[in-house]
Amino acid sequence: MTLTATAPPRTTSTAKPGRRRSIWSYWRFYLALSPFYLIFLVFGLYPVASTILLAFQKWDGLGARQLVGLQNFRFLLEDSTFWLSLWNTVVLFAMSTVPTLAIAMVLAVMLHSAVRLKGVYRIAYFIPNITSLVAAAIFFAAVFSTNFGLINAGLRALGLPTEDWLGQPWGIKIAISTMIVWQWTGYNTIIYLAGLQAIPTEQYEAAKVDGAGPFRTFFSITLPQLRPVVLFTVIMSTIGGLQTFTEPQVMVGNSGGTGQSGLTVVMYFYNQAFGANDYGYAAAIALSIFMLVLLFTAINWKLLGGRGRQ
Amino acid sequence: MTAVTQTAPAGNEQPVQSRPSKHRPVKWRGLLLHALLAIAGLLCLFPFFWTLVMATNTTADIYRFPPKFTFGSQFDDNVREVLANVAFFQSMGNTAIVAVSTTLLVLFFDSLAAFTFAKFRFPGRNALFVILLATMLLPAQLGAVPQFQTMAAFGWVGSLKALVIPAAANAFGIFWLRQYFQNSIHDELVEAATLDGCGFLGVYRHVALPSARPALAFLGIFTFVASWNDYFWPLIVLTNPDHLTLQVALSSLNRSHGVDYSMVMTGALMAMVPLIVVFIIFARQFIKGATEGAIRG
Repeated sequence: MTLTATAPPRTTSTAKPGRRRSIWSYWRFYLALSPFYLIFLVFGLYPVASTILLAFQKWDGLGARQLVGLQNFRFLLEDSTFWLSLWNTVVLFAMSTVPTLAIAMVLAVMLHSAVRLKGVYRIAYFIPNITSLVAAAIFFAAVFSTNFGLINAGLRALGLPTEDWLGQPWGIKIAISTMIVWQWTGYNTIIYLAGLQAIPTEQYEAAKVDGAGPFRTFFSITLPQLRPVVLFTVIMSTIGGLQTFTEPQVMVGNSGGTGQSGLTVVMYFYNQAFGANDYGYAAAIALSIFMLVLLFTAINWKLLGGRGRQ
Repeated sequence: MTAVTQTAPAGNEQPVQSRPSKHRPVKWRGLLLHALLAIAGLLCLFPFFWTLVMATNTTADIYRFPPKFTFGSQFDDNVREVLANVAFFQSMGNTAIVAVSTTLLVLFFDSLAAFTFAKFRFPGRNALFVILLATMLLPAQLGAVPQFQTMAAFGWVGSLKALVIPAAANAFGIFWLRQYFQNSIHDELVEAATLDGCGFLGVYRHVALPSARPALAFLGIFTFVASWNDYFWPLIVLTNPDHLTLQVALSSLNRSHGVDYSMVMTGALMAMVPLIVVFIIFARQFIKGATEGAIRG
């Protein structure tokens, strides 16, 4: 990857053959790279390394830090709210990612076979993804509202009983995952569409000659060819989904709503850190989120065979 | 998704039919295809329509059953109320300052680093690049506690610097632009410019930047959108309620005036429209860039 350049790129014409250049003569390059590495050291590496240390300490942000060993983690294992938040996060992740990617795949295949208006659809499908999360969460809270929400108005119009969506545990999850599906389906559709367009057409012609039907073609040609793209979308959805914060925080508040059904792990982390000022404990939660993301990414990688392209 | 049953607009169905085909079923299939695609598109756009309906009516209108599906005349009043309850333009100004300066810094720092990685050889290059890739795995928001302490030590809590400086360069942009530079700039071009007496910065300015315009456009819009919509970190670090970004201000408006729906909806609408306008102007380049990254990546 890094070695695609054929001719050895020369830097400056000052290099004398046969003599090693002093490392200082490369100062321009190091200077050009330095902003990123400086910012990363101060605002990326230090906070994460410091969080790891903090997870073994007790600290309220003001007094002295106290080393407490594994106490935070022991407490974490017995903390039913933590497990609830973990459960909520994984359920929300599944409830939103599965429909998102399934609908996106169907839409992408349809869009791929459409001749006209492709550009218009693509823009329309992408717009939810660039919409402010806060504004969208406010909108979806209104749609699921008990008193004037469109969902309940629809149910009433059909003569069905209305629900207090945001007042009950499953209603909260349905509302939040609906919003995530709305925001991410179009984005993934566009990604899948680009993947579909990259599949060589000869393969389809060969399948046609062999008499394969559309479903057969989809499962034996399209899907295997799309595997790297699917892996990409699944991993991106995992990393994003397990760190869900804004949607529930705006829709049902910091507490997570009725039965804390909308409380995700990142929200719990936020509450412990910036609500309860229990920084050591919050750091332990942060580390567990990181582990969770790593674990899920590894599982995805295994399941979808992320060996990359041939 | 939303339980609204909308049929495709007639306007979308007509042009599909213009291609003559031998079989009727094919014709119907095309019609059905576009009907479904159009429904999906309408569902994507529906929230904007509905937000506008709510923002132009009174809260009492919103509470009516059956719901009112038409625009009202209350928009001016609602806007006035939003402005009375939250420092809207100040927040929008803050957001614009943060988004614009972050974008400019990212474009400059990322392109400079990406060009260096793509076209020059120096000791430690590969190791530095591997480190760069590894940094993308670190979930930055989990370091929020020490990050906040750092900001406190710098005296940046509550200041917009706390949002701009940590975001001023990122691994994703460098990685993405580096690929672009590698594929689009020939080494001979760099050498020729060097022979012509261009220094490092000269080559960067006269060779690298002009050829990377599409890639820079994508990265710029991407950064701008992400910065405009950022919520988690501003919520933590902007501690002064009179000095917020738009997203945080909108969220606090929602929390404190939740019952005044038409006003909150107006605020939501005002917060999302500028970005959507920016997006539609650059949509083509943006979508092209976004998909290229996923396919190549």
